[in-house]
Amino acid sequence: MKALIEWIDKRIPMTNTMRLHVTQYPAPKNFNFWYLMGSLALVVLVNQIVTGIWLTMNYTPSAEDAFRSVEYIMRDVEYGWLLRYMHSTGASAFFVVVYLHMMRGLMYGSYQKPRELLWVFGMLIFLVLMAEAFMGYILPWGQMSYWGAQVIISLFGAIPYVGDALTTWIRGDYVISGATLNRFFALHVIALPLVLVILVFLHLIALHEVGSNNPDGVEVKRKKGSIPKEEQSKFEFHERYTSKYDIVDSIPFHPYYTVKDLVGLAGFLILFAAVIFFAPTMGGYFLEPPNFEIANPMKTPEHIAPVWYFTPFYAILRAVPIKLLGVILMFASIVFLFLIPWIDRAKVRSTRYRSGFHKANLTQFVISFIVLGYLGVQPAEGIYVLLAQIFTFLYFAFFVFLWFYSKNEKTKPLPERLTK
Amino acid sequence: MMKRFLLALAFIMPSAVFAAGYSGPLDKAEIDLTDNASLQRGAQIFMNYCMGCHNAQYQRYQRTFNDIGIPLELGEEYMQFTGEAVGDHMYSAIDTEAAGEWFGIAPPDLTMVARVRGADWLYTFFRSFYVDQARPFGVNNEVFSNVGMPWVLEELQGTPRKTWERRMVDGEMKDVYVGIRSDGNGRLSSEEFDQAMLDLTNFLVYMGEPMQLERKRLGYFVIGFLIVLLLWTIFLKKEYWRDIK
Amino acid sequence: MSNAPVDKGRRRFLTVGTSVVGAIGAVGAAVPFIASWNPSAKARIAGAPVEVKIDKVEPGQLVRAEWRGSPVWVVRRTPEMLASLDTTNDQVRDPQSEKPQQPEYAQNQHRSRNPEWFIAVGICTHLGCSPTFMPENFATADGVESGFFCPCHGSRFDIAGRVFKSVPAPSNLVIPPHYFIDDATVLIGEDGGNA
Repeated sequence: MKALIEWIDKRIPMTNTMRLHVTQYPAPKNFNFWYLMGSLALVVLVNQIVTGIWLTMNYTPSAEDAFRSVEYIMRDVEYGWLLRYMHSTGASAFFVVVYLHMMRGLMYGSYQKPRELLWVFGMLIFLVLMAEAFMGYILPWGQMSYWGAQVIISLFGAIPYVGDALTTWIRGDYVISGATLNRFFALHVIALPLVLVILVFLHLIALHEVGSNNPDGVEVKRKKGSIPKEEQSKFEFHERYTSKYDIVDSIPFHPYYTVKDLVGLAGFLILFAAVIFFAPTMGGYFLEPPNFEIANPMKTPEHIAPVWYFTPFYAILRAVPIKLLGVILMFASIVFLFLIPWIDRAKVRSTRYRSGFHKANLTQFVISFIVLGYLGVQPAEGIYVLLAQIFTFLYFAFFVFLWFYSKNEKTKPLPERLTK
Repeated sequence: MMKRFLLALAFIMPSAVFAAGYSGPLDKAEIDLTDNASLQRGAQIFMNYCMGCHNAQYQRYQRTFNDIGIPLELGEEYMQFTGEAVGDHMYSAIDTEAAGEWFGIAPPDLTMVARVRGADWLYTFFRSFYVDQARPFGVNNEVFSNVGMPWVLEELQGTPRKTWERRMVDGEMKDVYVGIRSDGNGRLSSEEFDQAMLDLTNFLVYMGEPMQLERKRLGYFVIGFLIVLLLWTIFLKKEYWRDIK
Repeated sequence: MSNAPVDKGRRRFLTVGTSVVGAIGAVGAAVPFIASWNPSAKARIAGAPVEVKIDKVEPGQLVRAEWRGSPVWVVRRTPEMLASLDTTNDQVRDPQSEKPQQPEYAQNQHRSRNPEWFIAVGICTHLGCSPTFMPENFATADGVESGFFCPCHGSRFDIAGRVFKSVPAPSNLVIPPHYFIDDATVLIGEDGGNA
């Protein structure tokens, strides 16, 4: 065994990589609940890829047979129903953990210098994930697949001059058709997953280059020679880190965070299994009832709502009565998130030590996002339109306020070392 | 514990937003998917009446008979009116495309109608047909207005009519709407008819997701296992984290 | 870092325990993925037993049926054909059908329930081609006029599907489960309970 490891290590840096990124990788010792989401997202990604591969074994990507083949999977293939529910529930679970993961970043200022690129890769992952989810939703070829795609693709029609030509080009037809289904299938099963995996890899590379932030937002890698030996962490870390920095309040990722993440994973799997086995449609939020009816270009369902994870953005889209402006606002709502490392000019990261005003601003932002999500499933009429406008305003106000007050924000003094 | 958790979820999610069109109250369908006798009666109504025009093209006779406890030979002989073999999908005897031309709209496939509409909607719908001579088939429906189908179960229910009674309201005699009443010329009494519609609803819910009982059974097992795993990981984590502070 | 000594035994026990439970979970999670490769309900229904009408088959004639996607031959053998089996006995690899290529009731010289009727899956046991039925001019030995010849690699079988020595095919043709419902019908794919 030892000889084999040596043989491999002469050829690829296996042991060294394990030490560098797993067994001797320093992680701040005060990670809390919010820090589980990253590894959970990775688990869900694997779940999606594996169940997805298995679903393609029986799925038929054509307008004539797609709907039938999904029911074939549900009824005729042994455990096909389980594979399908794991995939459909996994899609929603992905967004749950990713939204919580992003929330963590906002709370603890994990996007601030030097983690701007880490955040940008994360946002790119989010963007690709939305495209991936959208294209996947078309594949069952039910009523919501069809009309949801119809609505979203029509967004591109708002672009001046080229809009109509562009939508026709995306669809490959004058309406959503088998051509659209087939190209989305190709993108959904190989192109976007490939991009996603590459981005996740880059996200992790960026993370391990700068190291994790933590709930205090205080750097654990200190200038070499600034910390007395007895104050430094007692664990052995890779020389790549110790040669450049004095490391405080850190523990090796393995075994401490691997065993901690396992607890989180087991807890997550219980919730995940509860949905798969007892509420796979989640009351119509994970799988929408009209999607159990085959796509019919002649009949629009009476109420079209996107799947829950798109609804905040959908509500922003509908908030203004001008089509082009709505589309611009929707894209802007995501662009602003991309730019947050540069919008937030504060020097203190964690909300724990930031001003009351910032806490209030972040809270209202989260509330606005959730309310917009609720409004996105309601019909766009009456009081809902007004509410959507108010909360769209508040959503954007978060960024504008942040830009102004963060420059000279009155923050609390940072602790010298990590607190509990 | 799990039930409570799911119940809590059900409360925070206003799932009624998806009920299409009709927004009035629906009668609760107290169905029981483990009641094979009910499912068998429902299947009989479905195959005798509904499948005159509607397909259930994603479901096989064989699966149906096996799942609800009908011996294949009996099912094939007495309940299966279409298809060549018991393994065939449940297609109507008529060509639904052609039927679309007579009815104005093709009779929709009913395999998953319960997943689209919900059990309560179906149960209420079956009991909400009423005579309306203004409609092409002479009937309308309170839940599905201007429904484009004839009322095929009239021979069971009798002729259903909207009924008003003269009653004393606030010291005045008024005609008060009391709901839909049958003329009593059907084969079933009012109670028997309600039970038959409950059986039919039960069967449709079964057919919408034929593996649902198995799904839940497996679920208890999986979650039980995961709780054991969770306990192990908690103790393991605690043991390692003794090292820290 | 605490100074309390690490309880190595407890740590090992918990690590092994959690690993074992986790491994059981991984095996359990693999079950649906593996099981989903089994023939689906559709495939199983398509592979259901098939009835073949045999009342119109002439002596010496072969009719084909499809069962589980493979050709199945039904041959009504003439007395001469049956007599040829005595001649081929010592030229074939497995004259007593000792390899399990047939149900028990077909483990005899004529390899069938009823000597007159030969029923076999028409797939060569070498590499899966479908051999040709040669009712005459089989010309392997004197008195052996009929048999099966596989054009792909030259394997030869006698009229009971027994493979000749010195051909590439290793074993006799496969006999599917079958039984005679009545004089006019044979059911292929089922033993009729009296296997």
